[in-house]
Amino acid sequence: MTDAALPFVPPLDIWRGSYLDEGHTIASWLTTTDHKRIAILYALSITVFFFIGGVAIGLVRLELISPTGLFLTSDEYNRLFTIHGIIMVWFFLVPSIPATLGNFLLPMMIGAPDVAFPRLNLLSWYLYVGGAAFTVYVLLSGGVDTGWTFYPPFSSEYSHSNVIPAAVGVFIVGFSSIATGVNFLATIHMLRAPGMTWLRLPLFVWSMYTVSVVMVLATPVLAMSLLLIVAERFFGLPIFDPSAGGDPILFQHLFWFYSHPAVYIMILPAMGVVSEVFACFARRRVFGYAFMVFAMLMIAVVGFMVWGHHMFVAGQSPVADLIFSFLSFIVAVPSAIKVFNWTATLYRGHIGFEAPMIYALGFLGLFTIGGLTGLFLASVPIDIATTDTYFVVAHFHTIMVGGTVSAFMAGIHYWWPKVTGKLYNEFWAQFAAITMFLGFNVTFLPQFVMGWLGMPRRYHYYPDVFQIWHVLSSGGALILAAAYLMPLVYLTWSLFYGQDAGANPWRSTGLEWQTPSPPPKTNFVRPPRVDADPYEYHDFGRTEETGGEARARPQGEAT
Amino acid sequence: MSDTAGALQHPWPDLRMQRAGVGLGMWMFLASEVLFFGGLMVSYAVYRSFNEDAFRIAGAHAQIVYGSINTVILLTSSFTMTVALRAATANVRQATLLFLGITAALGIAFLVCKGLEYREDLKEHLFPGPQFPLSPPATAMFWGFYWAMTGIHAVHLTAGIAVVLVVWTLFKRRVIPVQGSTMEGVAIYWHFVDSVWIVLFPLLYLAGRS
Repeated sequence: MTDAALPFVPPLDIWRGSYLDEGHTIASWLTTTDHKRIAILYALSITVFFFIGGVAIGLVRLELISPTGLFLTSDEYNRLFTIHGIIMVWFFLVPSIPATLGNFLLPMMIGAPDVAFPRLNLLSWYLYVGGAAFTVYVLLSGGVDTGWTFYPPFSSEYSHSNVIPAAVGVFIVGFSSIATGVNFLATIHMLRAPGMTWLRLPLFVWSMYTVSVVMVLATPVLAMSLLLIVAERFFGLPIFDPSAGGDPILFQHLFWFYSHPAVYIMILPAMGVVSEVFACFARRRVFGYAFMVFAMLMIAVVGFMVWGHHMFVAGQSPVADLIFSFLSFIVAVPSAIKVFNWTATLYRGHIGFEAPMIYALGFLGLFTIGGLTGLFLASVPIDIATTDTYFVVAHFHTIMVGGTVSAFMAGIHYWWPKVTGKLYNEFWAQFAAITMFLGFNVTFLPQFVMGWLGMPRRYHYYPDVFQIWHVLSSGGALILAAAYLMPLVYLTWSLFYGQDAGANPWRSTGLEWQTPSPPPKTNFVRPPRVDADPYEYHDFGRTEETGGEARARPQGEAT
Repeated sequence: MSDTAGALQHPWPDLRMQRAGVGLGMWMFLASEVLFFGGLMVSYAVYRSFNEDAFRIAGAHAQIVYGSINTVILLTSSFTMTVALRAATANVRQATLLFLGITAALGIAFLVCKGLEYREDLKEHLFPGPQFPLSPPATAMFWGFYWAMTGIHAVHLTAGIAVVLVVWTLFKRRVIPVQGSTMEGVAIYWHFVDSVWIVLFPLLYLAGRS
């Protein structure tokens, strides 16, 4: 704290050490409370789980090339798509952006030295990795065949697979989510730098704020619904047992009360990331900043009131169907506001097509496709016709996976120089970004078609007429796999052979860029003050730059 | 004020902010807990509205004497917790230790009393299963909720007692000063566990006696 009063910049050699130099042993990483190091721990563990989930669905897609299967029994098939669903939803998508980029950047973006509760932050990583590793062990050793949704009475009475341990693992990981959410909320409320008012927060911080609210308020309901499944299966308490007056539909209500907002847990951070990227690479202020903030808040709030649209065919009353349908249409309004505002941000911008921007534009396309097909499904009659078909699968994969993963990759590339201090290979990154966009579309557009034609999801065998679409989709999955593997190679390569990035290679205005790369342990050399709005690239309607190359040039050390 | 040395944690600028931050964090965690118990209570409400008679029949078998004693014990523990918090804020170390100790003891007393009650319940085979004595079938539903609700509450209380004992030891050994931000969070959590019981008591013990 005494540094704040110093009238001069400290000599270079005092602060040259970055957070990466605070200790090189594994023990120093496993006991760190530095939010930046915890973010790296998360990033590594999430990547491992992502590839396990990816291999599982790779096998499923391979199996589905033939209408009668190739090499799996139906039981193995069920277990594989359950592995894919559980891992991808809870151990990859939900923590993906908040736990990695959020952890690393949130304190830096608001000018704080760390999150509010650093030890809780480390605990949440241990909960995450412990719960997730346990669940993955259960899934791989014996397996679960209920799908990721754990619907009773199958999960409570009839399934002979390891439902209880899997549920317990997910339950534990839920607490990691809640801890992260609480930590972020307290950080944003209490630790903003002087001058960082609420409406000066970067949109990524706002997205972390809204996502934290959803994590804190929705996750416990999932915890309770899983606990009730365990209570019924293990202790024999007849909570969802129809013979004692129980109602399996009640589980669906509780489950979707979490799992629908969970979709917003996945997409809100993605929205935050692309807002940063669009502004920086179009050299424009984000169009309609306040609307962007309120749109996110509205998505978070209304997102809690639409869960019933998962249950249009479950025997809900028609009145409930109508209400949930209406509210689902309503939630499209703030989403559309965001899409239009991003587009307006690009308008007359000085757009550079660096890899983060290509990923972000990919997000925009996939989010729009996923969002518009979501409107189809929000309408009761269409949903009744397409329930449990590949149309639904394609819809939510396009938005949750296409959207979120594109934005996650955009964020990883955008902040890679900040996190590691190195520049990645731009050509390969652009190539991977384009490949990924193509891969997503080749995988999921055929699924829209076959779903519309009536191909049900989760079926192992199917009529021959659908084979062409399945083969196309599996081919797309292969392209996607290549697009996922490429960054692993060139990003790792950049760690060893990449050029030094300098403090601010993108000439971004964000607070996180006003400090050396990689940042020192305390994030800033001196406690920052904020005296401007975010995204001050230049005035509306005027561009001042001459060429795209200028942005890739490392700038001098920032103060 | 020399006793507060070591209370300030990274990354807080001062102790007042830190205390407010711990309080805020705990309130947010409790918001999460409210939704956690909310899932359980909503389920109870739905089933009770479907099976009014069965819940009345089943609820009459809840041991109201034990339940009432436990209500008194837990409310008293909230009082002693408040005194401990006030003492800690005023930096009166001995009183903090004394009242924290009483609070933990009352918590344990609640669990013992609950254990005795569980024994009575099991004697009457009130755990849903083949020997369950009541009918219609939905009475088993009430008792399912009885065990789930009281069990989950007891787990929360056990966690609370453990935290209070740990904090008591740390205070006693002067590892952390009583005036830091710790008591703020502990006290808020304790009151929450108490208030959950205040809701559970009518749901479980008065349902069959209205």
